[in-house]
Amino acid sequence: MSQVDSPTHRGPFRKVFHPYHPMSQPTSSRSEPRSRSHAPQFMKGNEAVVHGALLAGCRCFFGYPITPASEIAHTAAELFPEVGGVFLQAESEIAAIQMVYGASSAGVRCMTASSSPGISLKQEGISYAAGSELPMVIVDITRGGPGLGNIAPEQSDYFQMVKGGGHGNYRLPVLAPASAQEMCDFTVDAFTLADRYRTPVVVLADGLIGQMKEPVSLPDAVREIPDKPWSVRGDGATRENLICSIFLDPPVLEDHVRHLHDKEMEIEAKETRWELEGHPDPELVLVSYGVVSRIVRGALDEALAKGMRVAALRPQTLWPFPTAALAHATRDAKAVLCVELSTGQMVEDVRLGVGGAIPVHFLGRCGGVLPTVTEIGEEMESVLAQAEVLS
Amino acid sequence: MKEFHRPEALYSTFPRKGGADPEATHYCPGCGHGIIHKLLGEVIDELGVGERTVLISPVGCSVFAYYYFNAGNIQAAHGRAPAVATGVKRARPDSIVISYQGDGDLAAIGGNNILQAANRGENMTVVFVNNAIYGMTGGQLAPTSPLGMKTTTTPEGREFEEYGSPMRVAELLAPLDGVSLSSRHALINAGEIIKTKKALKKAIKYQMEGKGFSLVEILSQCPTGWKVDPVESLHWVEEHMLKVFPLGTYKDEPRQRPTPPHPADYEPALIDRVIHAGTSANGRGKAHEPVRPVTLPLGIRAAGFGGQGILLLGEMLAKAGLAEGLSVTWLPSYGPEMRGGTANCSVVISDTPVGNPIVDQPNLLLALNRPSLERFEPMMQPGGVVIYDSSLIDVGPTRSDLTAIAIPATKIADELGTAKVANVVMLGACMELLAFPSQSERDPLLQSISRDEKMLEANRLALKGGMEAARAAAAPAR
Repeated sequence: MSQVDSPTHRGPFRKVFHPYHPMSQPTSSRSEPRSRSHAPQFMKGNEAVVHGALLAGCRCFFGYPITPASEIAHTAAELFPEVGGVFLQAESEIAAIQMVYGASSAGVRCMTASSSPGISLKQEGISYAAGSELPMVIVDITRGGPGLGNIAPEQSDYFQMVKGGGHGNYRLPVLAPASAQEMCDFTVDAFTLADRYRTPVVVLADGLIGQMKEPVSLPDAVREIPDKPWSVRGDGATRENLICSIFLDPPVLEDHVRHLHDKEMEIEAKETRWELEGHPDPELVLVSYGVVSRIVRGALDEALAKGMRVAALRPQTLWPFPTAALAHATRDAKAVLCVELSTGQMVEDVRLGVGGAIPVHFLGRCGGVLPTVTEIGEEMESVLAQAEVLS
Repeated sequence: MKEFHRPEALYSTFPRKGGADPEATHYCPGCGHGIIHKLLGEVIDELGVGERTVLISPVGCSVFAYYYFNAGNIQAAHGRAPAVATGVKRARPDSIVISYQGDGDLAAIGGNNILQAANRGENMTVVFVNNAIYGMTGGQLAPTSPLGMKTTTTPEGREFEEYGSPMRVAELLAPLDGVSLSSRHALINAGEIIKTKKALKKAIKYQMEGKGFSLVEILSQCPTGWKVDPVESLHWVEEHMLKVFPLGTYKDEPRQRPTPPHPADYEPALIDRVIHAGTSANGRGKAHEPVRPVTLPLGIRAAGFGGQGILLLGEMLAKAGLAEGLSVTWLPSYGPEMRGGTANCSVVISDTPVGNPIVDQPNLLLALNRPSLERFEPMMQPGGVVIYDSSLIDVGPTRSDLTAIAIPATKIADELGTAKVANVVMLGACMELLAFPSQSERDPLLQSISRDEKMLEANRLALKGGMEAARAAAAPAR
């Protein structure tokens, strides 16, 4: 065996995490091209997910009922058969993700959707799909936890979705919509990314974004779906193919993991998305995503009206996290305030991004309690007052 | 003279296995998998479905079946093969899907997956290799281990009191309506091996003909797990397994399945037709000068009992705003309220894109019962407007900075013959006050509630009643 063929020739994984140079501009926030030729339809975020999926060429939906994600299954049950697709209610979340595993192996665009406790059950299949490099879209309409929790919105699935809830070395792109329009658009994009990188992709929203109705401008259906020569379609052309996540030989598994890791680095370089609003030279940078970013926008508007130097960063991809954009936005800031519907999950990535240069404050609510504009406004005043004392 | 040769459905060498001997399998001497692989390979050849075959191999000794089968191969998680097979078959109905599972996999961790796939009558074939033990992980107890059997997790032997009796899968699945074929066979002699092959052939033939779910259970030797030599292992089957697992056909009732959809055929034009159906440009234009000037953005709360149509009322208001060309959001309180109790929703209508959709401080409250008025009145913005159903709420808002508009919505609705349209009366009152949408947009809104002619007429009258009541109620305030 030549040196090039040897799976171990690249040796161990080595990395250095350099601080982001705050003055260097991050690469611009990526987005896919969109067509907007149709008048808006008024629909729930959950319904927008299904419309987006069908327009992205998704052909099979496998799900299981759970509040507050059930409208996704309801809408899919209505629309998929109407366009020659498959809707099937599985016997469990465990089975639903495995049906997606099968349909993806067979080379069609496919998806599942659930809410937090159901996603916990899907983690087995998600790990296998990551290992087998199967493109699929998984939608999580997060609710209160742990355990049965409640059906109100939370953002407490950040860890299990962004940091990987299943076993093994893998990361999945996580898109975080903040409106019904984005529920549609990001679902379309999720299918694009899933095929582009042969990976499961997560759309992570919360109960409120799922349940809220807003006007949605739907795009045209995608004309071409990428060919999948690696799939197992039950035909002569794909007879030699194997979908597999087992690699018994340690160097071979290491090489496989390295291949997954190479894709992750490419995704980090090319697919990071965010939105930055507010003062161009902020003293305080707010960081939030999903429904919280909508409330933060209310607080931001009030603060800007008062003449405060505040900006708001909204990660649209939670992995890859817009670390460089955060470093750049906070280059002259005195503090960061991260607001979440959790006891502090995304804030860990915010702290990594800021790198200890300035204080990172956290404001969280959970159980379905939402922070108010007033509450966030008062916190901003308090954080800035503390920064004054320190400076 | 019959010529024996390796079936084309099995590879002649096994490079996927690797190792020193590319022609030897990874199975132990005397293991039943080798025979079953050969039978299955022959059947696939004889039926001419090699190119169409997709083999699912979940965790167990046969997780490496893809080393050997010249077919599309999918390796699956422990017990999940029937679900994976379902996904493949639904996506590619023309493929021949074979789920090859062991007893720990199928009967223990995957128990529900096999039961449900069988009950759905998935048009697929399950080869169930029952060797009464976990082979790959080191000889642990399986649901199929006979009573008294010593395993690495039952060192004193399986006891009924602890683990129940061995699970008889072929008998268990047979009564399910979705099952077409369920039978049990063994590899103990040439006659039984031939019967096994016939059963496999029938099962795959049924699948080819769209005749539903088949399970072929095969009692298979595991000399290593049983700690006997290969020859003794055949006797072991006869001595310990046959009386627990009687051979035979437990069901053979093929059922023709309806023609399935072929989702891989993708027609974007059809999708556009279905998804964009009914999308039309929205109308614009003011109905009349507003009775009372309303400042945007409007933060509206609508609240009342579950069943009063509160969420619909809010949604219609949002749609009215949308028809007016404004930005809108509608947010329900969701969950148990839908099934009784109280319901409320938040609507934002704005002339700029809506940021925060949560209405903490409403400037317009629609209260359809007293608890709602009491709950939301304190949250109102100074100078806000409260429209309340005065037929259900006897005392209006107490705050002097609020404008109260009493609409006897339920009474008006009752007079129209159905209290159900009280929410549309309130909608009419709001439209009158907001001065939108235009006349031409009102009927499409009502039609989006119900196209039933009787219901539509009731809603038209209710809307009119609400508008008149609002004009009357607001008149003195001008």
